[in-house]
Amino acid sequence: MPTVSLEVNGKPVKAEVEARTLLVQLLRYDLGLTGTHVGCDTSQCGACVIHVDGRAVKSCTMLALQAGGTKVVTIEGLARDGKLHPMQAAFKEHHGLQCGFCTPGMIMAAVDMANRIPNLDEKTVRHELEGNLCRCTGYHNIVQAVLAGAKAMRA
Amino acid sequence: MADTGIGASVRRKEDQRFITGRGHYTDDLNRPGQAYAFFVRSPHAHARIKSVNTAAAARSPGVIGVFTGQDVAADKLGSIPCGWGVTQKDGKPMNAPPHMPLAADKARYVGDQVALVVAETYNQARDAAEKVVVDYEVLPASVDLAATAKKGAPVIHDQAPNNVCFVWGLGDEAATKAAFAKAHHVAKLNLVNNRVIPNAIEPRAAIGDFDTGDDSYTLYVTSQNPHLARLVISAFVQIAPESKLRVVAPDVGGGFGSKIFIYAEECVVTWASRKVGRPVKWTAERFESFLSDAHGRDHLTHVELALDKDGKFLGLRVDTTANMGAYLSNFASAIPTYLYGTLLQGVYTTAAIYCEVTSVFTNTVPVDAVRGAGRPEATYLIERIVDVAASDMGIDRAEIRRRNFIAAIAFPYQTQVALQYDSGNYGASLEKALTMIDYAGFEKRRKEAAGRGKLRGIGLASYIEACGIAPSQVVGSLGAGVGLYEAGQVRFDATGNVTVFTGSHTHGQSHETTFAQIVSDYLGVPFEKIEVVHGDSGRIPFGMGTYGSRSLAVGGSAIVRAMDKVIAKGRRIAAHLLEASEADIEFKAGKFSVKGTDRAKTIGEIAFAAYVPHNYPLSELEPGLDETAFYDPANFTFPAGTHVCEVEIDRDTGVVAVERWVAVDDFGRIINPMVVAGQVQGGVAHGVGQALCEAAVYDKSGQLLTGSYMDYCMPRAGDLPSIEVDTTVTLCTHNPLGVKGCGETGAIAAPATLINAIVDALAPLGVKHIEMPATSQRVWQAIHSAS
Repeated sequence: MPTVSLEVNGKPVKAEVEARTLLVQLLRYDLGLTGTHVGCDTSQCGACVIHVDGRAVKSCTMLALQAGGTKVVTIEGLARDGKLHPMQAAFKEHHGLQCGFCTPGMIMAAVDMANRIPNLDEKTVRHELEGNLCRCTGYHNIVQAVLAGAKAMRA
Repeated sequence: MADTGIGASVRRKEDQRFITGRGHYTDDLNRPGQAYAFFVRSPHAHARIKSVNTAAAARSPGVIGVFTGQDVAADKLGSIPCGWGVTQKDGKPMNAPPHMPLAADKARYVGDQVALVVAETYNQARDAAEKVVVDYEVLPASVDLAATAKKGAPVIHDQAPNNVCFVWGLGDEAATKAAFAKAHHVAKLNLVNNRVIPNAIEPRAAIGDFDTGDDSYTLYVTSQNPHLARLVISAFVQIAPESKLRVVAPDVGGGFGSKIFIYAEECVVTWASRKVGRPVKWTAERFESFLSDAHGRDHLTHVELALDKDGKFLGLRVDTTANMGAYLSNFASAIPTYLYGTLLQGVYTTAAIYCEVTSVFTNTVPVDAVRGAGRPEATYLIERIVDVAASDMGIDRAEIRRRNFIAAIAFPYQTQVALQYDSGNYGASLEKALTMIDYAGFEKRRKEAAGRGKLRGIGLASYIEACGIAPSQVVGSLGAGVGLYEAGQVRFDATGNVTVFTGSHTHGQSHETTFAQIVSDYLGVPFEKIEVVHGDSGRIPFGMGTYGSRSLAVGGSAIVRAMDKVIAKGRRIAAHLLEASEADIEFKAGKFSVKGTDRAKTIGEIAFAAYVPHNYPLSELEPGLDETAFYDPANFTFPAGTHVCEVEIDRDTGVVAVERWVAVDDFGRIINPMVVAGQVQGGVAHGVGQALCEAAVYDKSGQLLTGSYMDYCMPRAGDLPSIEVDTTVTLCTHNPLGVKGCGETGAIAAPATLINAIVDALAPLGVKHIEMPATSQRVWQAIHSAS
């Protein structure tokens, strides 16, 4: 089996994988990073969003082998030194999650959104979230959380 | 009110693990030596299984075992039961064909489980499943709900001639006929309640784990009610006695009804773990969720409303055909009957009601409860026909509702359809909602939108639901196979921490926070010192689980009863320690004190004395402070309210934009307003999805055309507005918390609210009704066929 080397949450990782292994499968099943979730087969739900070289990527759309040499950050790597990332804190403060299953993907997508777009407004956030499905919240509080989290990231 | 007590918007205990990726959902768990399962599913909607050849699959790399319906039969596994027997109009029992965990004789829907492959890796199991050769004799399928009970339709089960499960009636047929005979006007409508797919974002998963040492099983499963799963898998499917089966439902990523049911997959992996002597894990891919999670709704209804000249409702007549799918799911028969017909009083004084439901089989995925379950269907038809009547008679839509509301002073109110409402004030919610949205100023906004070329409409719906399910003796008399109480246990440890064990299951509802708020409030224990444990039949005394907005009203009440016992015992301990009479001990804010003195013991000190009983009345009192209670509700609870929304429709594209949404609900006492608002907003989004875009579509051969998120439209953030939430309060009169439940109301109120708004927007063009989902194509067609 081929091997792949990459950096995950700041640590070097080397793994033997079947060529067909998806990046999300490497993270979940080989590395035990189960915070990244799988909710669909068609890259629609966004539960698997992570950062690859600083960009939000649906990790079910990428083969593990394609991630060779990249720097990957998952939800587990977002908090630093035991301190929540401002976006994580905003999701808690604004009740932006219920069952929690879509949450890691939502937070990773939201961090990327805030990095890319300087002055987010509600309409932009709603549009930008088109790649992330939530069945619990009706998105209302997710939108509030993203706006607040983005503001806190700039502070 | 303490800042962590009842009524406070306390931030959630459960969030920390979810926002850091440290939750434990079923697929996150792995057992030592675990093997992986993949199911072979029928590609045909209806086919005789002539043979299943597993030889090539068994030789495939990594394969440990391949199992078929014949193996299930050889091991004498039982049928997965429907837990609610409906008595037909003619007195006969419903037709309840068996549902075996793996199909042996026939496959009855696309996705029906035919064989199981277990292998060392998931990919190996999936690859080997392709090598299972099933010789199918393809049979004509019965897919059309309107035609399945007609002569000549293919028969799905020998036990259900004409594909009819039951014909059921409720209400006074003769009185209703008489009411229509004297009507000034009769409003009529045919409507479809579209079939929806629940789509919790976490796919179902199960790990069966047989312990060869003591012959016991553990099942880890995405369930809303692990104890019920244990009961069904033990008593009916007969895999193991309950004493040898532990069911764990860890973090669960949304349920919406779909994870109430005990499915073939979880039975089969439990059984297979013994066959292969290793833990067996199955996780659904999303296409399997579409093909095997129970679908919801799917009614065809004709409704008529009789009115007098002032617009008072004299009679309501409802004739519904309800789809059961290919097999009876666990609660399928109760949904279009006891959770539907019994709600047809709505919030109105309609004098006579009669409802008849024909429930039928089709070669489609089984249909059962989805968020609201029966009650959205009831609300939809009532609130649509009320709007049709208002339009027919030229009465304002808010006004016709006011004229017919059950008055706030009329409670308790005995309905025409079995239920007795305990409390409510429907006018209060309506008026508040109308004020919030500025109903009086709407025509100005309609005109302004018209100036921009948009069709603007406003719609409202005043709903009621019955939840807090349910009084055991009532449901027993109606055919339920179980009691619907709940269990709660409150355990102090010696250092004053509290662990609460609840039979309710949280999969987004926030029980770990809200139940802790109640305990903190009642016992005066700091919120941080309280842990809520759920989802494990091995740790929790018993449970009937979470569905029907029952957790707080029934599960919360059980915890209150357990706390009553804790306080009663604490009082006796305190009397001993304080050398006072028990009658003189009062309990307040976490302290037992002697009336009129400053002598007191904290509940923490009492707990310590109970576990270190050196100075303790051991001759008359057991040590320990750990109490369990079962709570069986005296009645259902009846949340109610009014939702109002405004839409704008683009004439050129038919696209509906939901511009505003106002929800005013009466949930009784509210424990955590932040959580309640979130439940309402989520429910509204679910209902908007049903009304605007969601539909399970089958072709004539029974292939599900909407089998992925590419084809099945889920509401996204951009499809929804901010949802403005407010409440009115009348307390539930029969549970100790005065609470009613809030999890389903959004999904119940929203479809009628939104369709009423869309029809209002299109009314100037002469449109009288539009079916759900009101997709842009359907709206565009309505615009063009009208003009």
